[in-house]
Amino acid sequence: MSLSPRMIEVRQNVLKHNDVLARGLRQRFRDDGVFVVSLVSSPGSGKTAFLESILTMLRQGHRPAALVGDLATENDAQRLARSQAPVKQIITGTVCHLDAAMIEKALQDWRLKDLDFLFIENVGNLVCPSSYDLGENLRLVLLSVTEGEDKPLKYPTIFNSADIAVITKIDLAAAVEFDRDAAYRNIQSVRPGMQVLEVSSKTGEGMPECVRYFQSRMRGQ
Amino acid sequence: MHELSIALSILDMAQEEAERRGGVRVEAIHLKLGPLSGVVKEALLSAYDLARERTSLEYCRLVIEEIPILVYCEQCRDQRQVHSMQSFCCSECESPVSEILQGKELQVYALELSP
Repeated sequence: MSLSPRMIEVRQNVLKHNDVLARGLRQRFRDDGVFVVSLVSSPGSGKTAFLESILTMLRQGHRPAALVGDLATENDAQRLARSQAPVKQIITGTVCHLDAAMIEKALQDWRLKDLDFLFIENVGNLVCPSSYDLGENLRLVLLSVTEGEDKPLKYPTIFNSADIAVITKIDLAAAVEFDRDAAYRNIQSVRPGMQVLEVSSKTGEGMPECVRYFQSRMRGQ
Repeated sequence: MHELSIALSILDMAQEEAERRGGVRVEAIHLKLGPLSGVVKEALLSAYDLARERTSLEYCRLVIEEIPILVYCEQCRDQRQVHSMQSFCCSECESPVSEILQGKELQVYALELSP
């Protein structure tokens, strides 16, 4: 009898279950012609205000909808419902991120064929959401001018996993002495080549460019 | 803070695999962890210690192998490491890189069984 430990090869991704569900969702989105954008950021960076503005603008000519994740309360869904777009709140309880199973469950009674854009607002958190594929076509990370230009350096994983960065609350840039060059440098440093857009959901600055960006990405897929 | 659910998934996978092989005793779980997985080694080890209590894997160790980020550098036309997460450029020629070949892993790659 050998005393040496026996090793058996497994080679399984720990998030295999989530990855399988996310692949299924991605296929469904493609089949039904829905372009899916997920939004990640820290709490308070303006995801909901941005989304409310985007949904309202996209309602002119498109059929957008949104899922919004929070630990508790339906406040965000109520805010977003003002855009008249279909909105559903996902309450995660103590879970710090959305996963593919939550998305699948939330979409159970929705006809995806009736939509062309679906936005998924993740729980405000710059750490955990980076690990979970939701089947989205595009992951958008938001960074507000009030948060500090070094956020990308502090949370490189989430910035690295995103496809586009949106700098929010740009109307406050001067008041908080936002260092635009440093912010861009830091974003490019953790994710070379990433496109950056600047918006103010309050004044509407930069919002038409965002809408055009989503439209062109949807056509391009 | 999602390390606890990750730890529970790891234990589930090991348990399933052990049962599939006729109830073998697992002494250690070997995990490959990439810096882009979004999971922190120390946090995962602490969460794992909590998660394994009073399960059939109570005495099973978690061995984490941290693997580096590997990218394809267009300038060098070769596989390279990056400087750091904060400076995502080729460690040889300093040019910015975006094609990631390795580094997102969160994978149970082997189980070590009791003799």
